[in-house]
Amino acid sequence: MADLRNTFAGITSPNPFWLASAPPTDKAYNVHRAFEAGWGGVVWKTLGEDGPPIVNVNGPRYGALLSPDRRMLGFNNIELITDRPLAVNLAEIREVKRAWPDRALVASLMVPCTEAAWRDILARVEDTGADGVELNFGCPHGMSERGMGAAVGQVPEYIEMVTAWCKQHSKLPVIVKLTPNITDIRQPALAAKRGGADAVSLINTINSIMGIDPATLMMSPSTDGKGSHGGYCGPAVKPIALNMVAEIGRSAQTAGIPISGIGGVGSWRDALDYLALGATNVQVCTAAMAFGFKIVQEMIDGLSEYMDAMGFATTAAFQGRALPTVTDWQYLNLNAVSKAVIDQDKCIQCGRCHIACEDTSHQAITALVDGVRRFEVKEEECVGCNLCVTVCPVPECITLRTLAPGEVDARTGQPVPAQPANWTTHPNNPMRQAVLA
Amino acid sequence: MSELPAPPIADTAPDIRSARRSAAEYAQAFADVAPRYTRAQAVVEAERCLYCYDAPCAKACPTGIDVPSFIRRIAEDNLRGAARTILASNPLGGTCARACPTEELCEEVCVRVAQQGKPVEIGRLQRYAVDAVMDRPVTTLFPRAAETGKRVAVVGAGPAGIACAFELARRGHAVVLHDARPAAGGLNEFGLASYKMAGGFAQAELDWLLQIGGIELRLGWHLIDAAQLQTLQQGFDAVYLSIGLGRTPRLGIPGEELAGVRDAVEFIAELRQARDVAQLPIGRRVVVIGGGMTAVDAAVQSRLLGAEQVHMVYRRGPQAMSASLSERHWAQTNGVAIHHELAPAEIVGRAGQVEAVRFTRADGSGEQRIEADMVFKAIGQKLDDAVLAGSGLVLQGGRVIADDDGRTAVARVYAGGDCRAGGRDLTVEAVQDGKRAAAAIHADLSA
Repeated sequence: MADLRNTFAGITSPNPFWLASAPPTDKAYNVHRAFEAGWGGVVWKTLGEDGPPIVNVNGPRYGALLSPDRRMLGFNNIELITDRPLAVNLAEIREVKRAWPDRALVASLMVPCTEAAWRDILARVEDTGADGVELNFGCPHGMSERGMGAAVGQVPEYIEMVTAWCKQHSKLPVIVKLTPNITDIRQPALAAKRGGADAVSLINTINSIMGIDPATLMMSPSTDGKGSHGGYCGPAVKPIALNMVAEIGRSAQTAGIPISGIGGVGSWRDALDYLALGATNVQVCTAAMAFGFKIVQEMIDGLSEYMDAMGFATTAAFQGRALPTVTDWQYLNLNAVSKAVIDQDKCIQCGRCHIACEDTSHQAITALVDGVRRFEVKEEECVGCNLCVTVCPVPECITLRTLAPGEVDARTGQPVPAQPANWTTHPNNPMRQAVLA
Repeated sequence: MSELPAPPIADTAPDIRSARRSAAEYAQAFADVAPRYTRAQAVVEAERCLYCYDAPCAKACPTGIDVPSFIRRIAEDNLRGAARTILASNPLGGTCARACPTEELCEEVCVRVAQQGKPVEIGRLQRYAVDAVMDRPVTTLFPRAAETGKRVAVVGAGPAGIACAFELARRGHAVVLHDARPAAGGLNEFGLASYKMAGGFAQAELDWLLQIGGIELRLGWHLIDAAQLQTLQQGFDAVYLSIGLGRTPRLGIPGEELAGVRDAVEFIAELRQARDVAQLPIGRRVVVIGGGMTAVDAAVQSRLLGAEQVHMVYRRGPQAMSASLSERHWAQTNGVAIHHELAPAEIVGRAGQVEAVRFTRADGSGEQRIEADMVFKAIGQKLDDAVLAGSGLVLQGGRVIADDDGRTAVARVYAGGDCRAGGRDLTVEAVQDGKRAAAAIHADLSA
């Protein structure tokens, strides 16, 4: 039986599935229920400085991109940080941590960019017995207009400065939560590292507008006729987040900093993506908001079964295993040749592969063979682009076959070279490196 | 009609009664068999459509409806566009959505059958789209062309005649749509089971199509002989014959004149026109002779009216039946017993009233007797060829010979629908006949 125990930034938890700082973790009632359901850890919904409570809109806070059968593909929110008094949250954090000593309980924080503000709140958080703090430098709506959240996360110097204050004024592990609303994720990650962060978590939500109402031509959702951009999350954002996780993992300057992967984790498969690309654990919100806390049981069971099947005793056995397979385009082997193969026994004759290839790609799939409806790959045209594989509605009906060295590529008439070669040495590359003789 | 008290006295006594069931039971029995989708159902089902290239479903549709397009438009909440796609190919798309044996046409070749064992429910989606626009004027979808001054007589206001009239009217021609019955609609109005066309749909659809303008209905008008046809030829620029097949031929066996022996087509028509089905008498034991859709409709509706035992008896094997598999399943689900390989030999009576039917087994192994209070003949219909004698039209097997565009041996006389030789007697084929003939007539009149 696989051992899912997890240690992230020095914080232990029985499994790598944490609830992200978000509405599900706003108060003791929810967090107790989450731990009862089996979540390994919780990042408490972001606390702000003491004072007049935060106010939220009294209209829609959430919007969604739904499939036709109303599965949530993407999700967006304009809720602000906790609107409950700081003292109440701190008392509840203390109470919950005592009730669940084996679970990870991390407080998310967002206060104005002054050392005093951070010092004050850190002391009060530390007093609760919480396991760590996560610095919310990512919230892209509302709070960012007040110079907090993403407004900090978009300026590496601020990240470094605040992180350093936190390390100076607290002994708790410091996790820096990064905003994806930047051009190069390695810069804020590096700033966090320079500031002394124990770990980074990413991604926070993406600036987004869900759409308009066709009847009113107003932004939707809206409150009293107006809306503001929200933070986008859910399954649709996972590929964006995975790339950022991999960027940090394979950049020499940031490699090795522990990563908590966030963005579109709804199943063990999603978690595996993050862990294999170097994350130590994952945080979840949208899936819980769509299905309730029980969903973690399917994630735990699925990951455990996978690990047993693969012979992995711990998540460390495969953490980061896929990272070396991520590289820059220039290093891809241009001598490797793939061709699409259509399994005629599986083909249901929808013709989607043909029309996609015919209209938008390389005219490499037939529609008729000897006057009969039949979809076959024309190897002399096929560039192995994978479009047909992605549009085919039947799993594994169309696959890509890699040609063996020496096999003739029907498109070029040339045999596949045995030696790999990439752009860096390609004759068409004016910047090519000299090939060592 | 006998008013025997229930339960019947003996198995041999004729037991034909009305009001066998409660009002609530009748209402339930004759309610819409496949109610209109909700939006949620339609959108989810629409999502199952793969938008196939050169889609097999569209090719399987006799009217060539661009099925992937209309389904995609449903998925995108463009119901007007979906309906226009359907009705441009098939003006009676609403009836066909209800009456088509889709499992033998579009849905049979749906690629989802190969993948998931279940086709996209094209018929129900089609109904959803068409129903959605029927509260708007037809001209918002199909504006009528300027009047041409040409006049066309259409004889027979069934699916072929209506389709032809509508397509001619769209092109600006003036049409007089004749029908012998007191109401138009043909088999849509008189020949389909009530639960398929619930809510007076046939009439609603006709009324909606007639909004196009330029179509005058002339009801109670019988075509009785060639001289009358000649008068039409003289008075109009073209004549389209879509007169269906009026007459159910005789079985040619003893006992056919006994009380309780009826033509299934008449029975179905009576049911369709009944204000209160509780008033319709039905036998306790019913035998339906035939293996087609009409036999199924008569058998199932006998059960729905309260017949205890209904036997549908066909002289050949299941493969030869023209009733589709799902129609047969529907009959069986409704408690109809289907018998094969039994040829009717005699209708046995007592005191002028049917008592049983005697059948000969096709394998020569002897006879079988099935007790019956009522017998319905559903053995297909024929044209009364006396009507067209001397018209110059050529008949074959009781049907008019015409090409796919409806052109007959007589210039400016066209024919289509069931009265034309060939085809499977499907509503959707009749519509296609009418549509093609309208295009041919338009071309000929414009020449």
